[in-house]
Amino acid sequence: MIEAYFIHLLILIGIYIILAISLQLTLGFTGLLNLGHIAFFAIGAYTAALLTLNGTPFIIALLLAGVFAMLSGFLLSLLTKKLKGDYLALATIAFTFVVYAIALNWTKLTRGPLGLPGIPKPSFFGISFSSNFSFLILTLIIVLITYLIIKKITISPFGKVLEAIRDDELATKVLGKNTFKMKGYALAISAFFAGLAGSLYAHYITFIDPSSFTLLQLIPILIIVIVGGLASLRGTIIATIVLILLPEVLRFIGIPSTILGPMRQIIYALILLLILIYKPKGFYGKVELE
Amino acid sequence: MGRWSWNKMLRIQNLKKHFGGVRAVDGCSFEVKKGEITALIGPNGSGKTTIFNLISGILKADFGEVFLNKQKITNKKIYHISNLGVSRLFQQARLFNNLTVRENLLLASNQEDTKFWKNLFFKNKIKKYKIDDLKRISKLVGIDGFQNKLARNLSYGQKRLVGIARAILNYPKVLMLDEPVAGVNPLLRKRIAKILLQLKKQGETIFLIEHDMNFTLGIADRVIVVDEGKIIAEGTPKQIKHNPKVLEAYLGE
Repeated sequence: MIEAYFIHLLILIGIYIILAISLQLTLGFTGLLNLGHIAFFAIGAYTAALLTLNGTPFIIALLLAGVFAMLSGFLLSLLTKKLKGDYLALATIAFTFVVYAIALNWTKLTRGPLGLPGIPKPSFFGISFSSNFSFLILTLIIVLITYLIIKKITISPFGKVLEAIRDDELATKVLGKNTFKMKGYALAISAFFAGLAGSLYAHYITFIDPSSFTLLQLIPILIIVIVGGLASLRGTIIATIVLILLPEVLRFIGIPSTILGPMRQIIYALILLLILIYKPKGFYGKVELE
Repeated sequence: MGRWSWNKMLRIQNLKKHFGGVRAVDGCSFEVKKGEITALIGPNGSGKTTIFNLISGILKADFGEVFLNKQKITNKKIYHISNLGVSRLFQQARLFNNLTVRENLLLASNQEDTKFWKNLFFKNKIKKYKIDDLKRISKLVGIDGFQNKLARNLSYGQKRLVGIARAILNYPKVLMLDEPVAGVNPLLRKRIAKILLQLKKQGETIFLIEHDMNFTLGIADRVIVVDEGKIIAEGTPKQIKHNPKVLEAYLGE
């Protein structure tokens, strides 16, 4: 029993790590105030669910979930070409609402508020991932791939251009870099991994509906990124583990589940407040924004 | 090649830019010659920085043309103009504050860094001559001692020097410096003058804006004076020093 509970927590941590470090790529490294991450997560989840419910093999659906999210990321970067800072934040929030509204209202495709039940557990090359333990292994593999790719991007000269854009976009352009294209890459890659996370989520919970993809779901991910520190992958991973496990401790000191939900939000809000006051760069952040 | 011979690196033709009713640049034509130091001077608000912004593509011209080495670069994209050979130092240093000095410089010299797939799958090796140039220029400018320091931790003077080095390492055909010695102490001012003369000796073409008359007249080969968006005088420092129009507009005498 306790074992199953821990496996469940680890899978959640894995999915959140993918979401948070892919958000770091746009928010922490490129300095794009991207609040549309949940929309990419939703696109991935719905793509994977709809494809596998219609008989597409898991692995293909997984990749297509990433690709669809990536394409929408690229589309979003085209649409927000001229926007910066707060305006980009507003546009990406609007994007989240648009995707949510589509999930809710395109009932022929998504069944709207009824959601999509019975999403099959993944299996490929004859290996079934129906037990939670095997699903955890699958999640960890994808977490590892995500981490390695994003790490490689950020330490490469390409990553330095992204950081240069964050620090001073005009100066980056003047050095001869097509910053618009570079931001498009960043947003598309970030969206790709959010799409993979969405696919994992859909197959793990086996049921999705639009309520899992509102702006509210972005808040824990944003808090993880801020607590861990901008542009720090290590900080992000540690923050994910701590912030997901922290409220669970309350379970063991006898606080009932009904109070735990609201408690979690209060705890997160409190942590965010304390971090912003006492450690504005987060625990591992090195970046100071102007 | 007719009237515009090979030694004109930058040619500006009847350039105009209006901001609402204000004629910031009002029909300017001039040239920057290859291998020379050309200075653009004029009172505050006379349109010097606007001219720089028009050349580097940050602003779009309402009228007129900009040629780099006979190639028309008017109103091209900023990064495109930069890749064609126009490098620019801003009035503020505008360094990448969360990167090291070395990373700042590499961003200027290494143009392979924008290739995504190459960077993802291969070790992006920077060409040896670029590393050598980076070392040479760092030494020339005097910033070789703190290559691994974060840009945000540098002093004001150090930031200016890194900014100058970064602009040079962008391998420009013409190096445009917007007030390279603004706000720096006299000692550093002398050093920057020496650096610029050294660069000129190496064949660089330099186009700069400067308020400090002594500094400008000391190093420039040719001086262009603008006032209210118009060119009011052009010539050698000696000629400019004694031009009554310049004295009136610029020095208020």
